[in-house]
Amino acid sequence: MYSLRLWAARHARVFELTYRAFEPVVVKLHPLWKSVGYRRAEKPMGKLERLCKGLLFDCQMCGQCALSATGMSCSMNCPKTMRNGPCGGVLQNGNCEVYPEKRCVWVEAWEGSRKMRGGDAIRVVQLPVDHRLKGSSSWLRVARDASESGERHREAAR
Amino acid sequence: MTIGVDHDKRVSDGLGHSSSGRLERVLRAGQFAVTAELAPPDSANPEEVYARARVFDGYVDAMNATDGSGANCHMSSVAMCALLSRRGYETVMQVSCRDRNRIAIQGDVLGGAALGINNILCLTGDGVQVGDHPQAKPVFDLDSMSLLETVAGLRDKQVFASGRALSDPPRVFLGAAENPFVPPHGFRPHRLAKKIAAGAQFIQTQYCFDLSRFRAFMDQSRDLGLLDKCFILPGVGPLASARTAEWMRRHVPGVHIPDAIIRRLEGARDQRVEGRNICIELIQQLREIEGVSGVHVMAHRQEAYVADIIEKSGVLGDRAPWSPSCNKALEKQHA
Ligand code: SF4
Repeated sequence: MYSLRLWAARHARVFELTYRAFEPVVVKLHPLWKSVGYRRAEKPMGKLERLCKGLLFDCQMCGQCALSATGMSCSMNCPKTMRNGPCGGVLQNGNCEVYPEKRCVWVEAWEGSRKMRGGDAIRVVQLPVDHRLKGSSSWLRVARDASESGERHREAAR
Repeated sequence: MTIGVDHDKRVSDGLGHSSSGRLERVLRAGQFAVTAELAPPDSANPEEVYARARVFDGYVDAMNATDGSGANCHMSSVAMCALLSRRGYETVMQVSCRDRNRIAIQGDVLGGAALGINNILCLTGDGVQVGDHPQAKPVFDLDSMSLLETVAGLRDKQVFASGRALSDPPRVFLGAAENPFVPPHGFRPHRLAKKIAAGAQFIQTQYCFDLSRFRAFMDQSRDLGLLDKCFILPGVGPLASARTAEWMRRHVPGVHIPDAIIRRLEGARDQRVEGRNICIELIQQLREIEGVSGVHVMAHRQEAYVADIIEKSGVLGDRAPWSPSCNKALEKQHA
């Protein structure tokens, strides 16, 4: 929802904290995901993620969430799907060149990032979108990547 | 009078140049560079391209061939640049992310470099809604930033975005655009830093009519240590009248024209001449700003006046950029 999306970016700090508390839980649940099977967990988790983030951020489920690097303003809502900052066409009032009645996603992103403790992540160059991941759960990916890299570290330490 | 360096002399990598082009040489030599935007024809006739280029002879170091700018369909940038480089001209191939995905773009970059193109400007591109084909599917597979990284990868790592290796990399000088005149102003210098990190070596900006905004942007960029990491060429251009200026700022995304400029045009006896005078003054003032390495002239439908504007601004001093007549002069000498 558009108004909720604007509200969320304006309270980026709250959502940053929420996610910081939430991420370790999802990662800790790795044994559960593993026993259920990441494939089978994908459907319910994907649905849940789509529901929460869809409502709050108009999340487009790109499957490689960058909200923490975009001031909690989902950059996939930009009509040019810019992942690295605003285009050169932003209107003087901060609205979008394509949808002049809407705020530019990146104006919101910049303002949101200034409210976040880790807001400087907006300065990091983001990779191009991997279109294969569209529709999949970023949360599960984070859980799997974190646990797998943890396992690799432990093995290397052995 | 110094004659522009000749086209085929390859520059050794020892100089730290990434292309063998004249634009990079002029900039690295610390000379004030002039680039101009070349409007592509709605035609399949190469003579139209040459005629459009000829008006800049002797006044510009490189010409940017636009890539469907304003989302309007015209002759392609790669084809224009290829035609022009056959005659020895230095061109900047513009690549926008609007119409092609990463597979098509990388193929075009290799092809363009093989055809003699030395400079590539990486753009996101205007939305299709502003152009003559609003029904078209906007692609935007990459954005300007990931496009820069991809082309830098082709050149420096000699690999495609997929990781597959190339045998011969494209030796190109990489450019990007920036618009310091639109929000979010605080982010713009950081965005410049990102572009430099992604591979940008020169920057051409949107039209600059607001010097104080531009100065603020340059000050912030200097504080971030960016000014010695890339060459910045602010965009300039003559306004035909107060009405055109008003129309442009309403309808062309990203163009910011302060009221003072419009008032000055309105008050002038000959608005066209006044538009050119404003342009000349801006060029002279921009040259004095720390970190400005040249200007990029966008004289839409007023291309014929560019030579005069550059001449009157005096920014070239006694330097004459390369033109086909330089080659003829050389040939005569050797005959
Ligand atoms: S103005 Fe903002 S939201 Fe609109 S296309 Fe440009 S970057 Fe995207």
